[in-house]
Amino acid sequence: MKILLVAESREGKVLGGTYELVAFAAKMQAESVMFLVGDEGALPKYDGKLYLAEAKACGEYNPDVHKQLLLEVVAKENPDMIALCHSSYGWDLAPRLAFALGAAQVSEVVGLADGLPVVPVCNAKLRRDVKAKTAKTVVTLQAGAFGLSEEPAGTPSVEKLGGAAAGRVQFTGYEQAAAGGVDLGKASVIVSAGRGIGKPENVAMVAALAKALGGEYGASRPVVDAEWVEHNRQVGTTGQTVAPKLYVACGISGAIQHLAGMKKSEFIVAINTDKDAPIGDVADVLVVADLKQFVPLLTEKIQAL
Amino acid sequence: MKILVCIKQVPDMESKFKLDAAGLWYARTDLAWRMNEYDEYAVEQAVQVKEQFKDADVTVLCIGPEQVKETMKKALAMGCDRGAHIADDEVWAKEPFEVAGVIAEFARGKDFDLIFTGMQSQDRGSGQVGVLVAEMLGMASVSTVVSFAFDGTTVTAKRELEGGVKACINVKTPVLVTCQLGMNTPRYPTLPNIMKAKKKELLSTPVADLLKVDKRQETARMYFPEKKGGGQVLEGDLGEMADRLIKILKEKTAVLS
Repeated sequence: MKILLVAESREGKVLGGTYELVAFAAKMQAESVMFLVGDEGALPKYDGKLYLAEAKACGEYNPDVHKQLLLEVVAKENPDMIALCHSSYGWDLAPRLAFALGAAQVSEVVGLADGLPVVPVCNAKLRRDVKAKTAKTVVTLQAGAFGLSEEPAGTPSVEKLGGAAAGRVQFTGYEQAAAGGVDLGKASVIVSAGRGIGKPENVAMVAALAKALGGEYGASRPVVDAEWVEHNRQVGTTGQTVAPKLYVACGISGAIQHLAGMKKSEFIVAINTDKDAPIGDVADVLVVADLKQFVPLLTEKIQAL
Repeated sequence: MKILVCIKQVPDMESKFKLDAAGLWYARTDLAWRMNEYDEYAVEQAVQVKEQFKDADVTVLCIGPEQVKETMKKALAMGCDRGAHIADDEVWAKEPFEVAGVIAEFARGKDFDLIFTGMQSQDRGSGQVGVLVAEMLGMASVSTVVSFAFDGTTVTAKRELEGGVKACINVKTPVLVTCQLGMNTPRYPTLPNIMKAKKKELLSTPVADLLKVDKRQETARMYFPEKKGGGQVLEGDLGEMADRLIKILKEKTAVLS
């Protein structure tokens, strides 16, 4: 088994998911080679062969060109599997490769069961073992599923890839998250509101509990998308990753992207009407209740202490 | 200008799921069905383009059994012009490559300037179908879009990356865009528009006419993940639960001391 690992870099920095790909190859007991569109001055630590294309020449987001470069590497190396992170870069590029290679793509692999990739279904309420029927397989790996982003040792032996024709999509630059406002990373207690709060007026009760506990309030994605809470309070993959002493999830079902942003918290309390919600898997205490009744009552009792 | 928007009907994710008899998918009975959340943003964006360019014609496509027409009617009530229903009672068993193959076969030769899809479905969640459709049609595509503007020939969009960063891009039509949550504010259909939608074209085509590709993967087994356990579950009287929780927080954390 030989796996081609598609590393990621942004603004010249190698992203942590790259090392999860290395951990995956080790778990598969597979031989591997790596591909990166990045910067020669900031190479990933990797004990193997790295095909490198310069991001300055190819663009960090340029799917037509990245696909073409990868197909060249596939032609040289003939890997059985191509592994990418299940990230905005990986899930964009993977179907393009799978189509070009006549390969099956298995998305968001969270583990292996008897050698078969396991993927989540219905917001991780269910799981599936997937069998590919093609000679080559393209997989994308869920963040954190295969070893944490510990940096491996080693210096890669680099083979540079030449230029490619221009792509159809023109990348014009990055827009950074708005600065200022609350820094959830510094809070020792975070109480977060999820879709279960039902209406914007109920943000106040979550904020009140956060205050009673001496912390800050946060929110899951749907609440931020609905503009009930500002984006700098969003916890999850596309918001902030936090690890407070206490995290209280109010009416948050526990989408994978949210869990990735808070599961390292020291102590987790979930308040949810659905006993089977995935948040229950990471919670130290699950209170099966309607947050709209429970949170004000809890706040009152804490204030009375 | 011709626009295609692809939607899927999915169960409410709060549902209590059961496995089907074969153990290969969830049982399709006793579920509340709705439009895949990501696709609501796709429909809204298509309708906004139509409002911007009056000559635009928006086709909404959905694959599935008769019941998916209910979801299609919502898209028509939001402002799509016509519905293309691909009749398939076994849609749940189709893997992403087959679904994309069916859509591409439908779209081929119809010269759509813009195709919108959700970035993934809430049930299967492969995130492949949109980009695959574009590859099959030889069209450019951009995934995970949270901001979209269009001047008639060029799309200016922002892709959502990790950690609150966005990538800004330009791309000329024809292009396929996969829509991320928060891209816009999907409208609620008004009663007059719901009535008008009933008169709009909604044609069915059997999936067999459009399925020209082979399955590339299959489900070996489907199951509920093992509960990680360890967590304590509190149920019952609200006041008692609050007291017990406070006691636990005092014992296990330093936040109440």
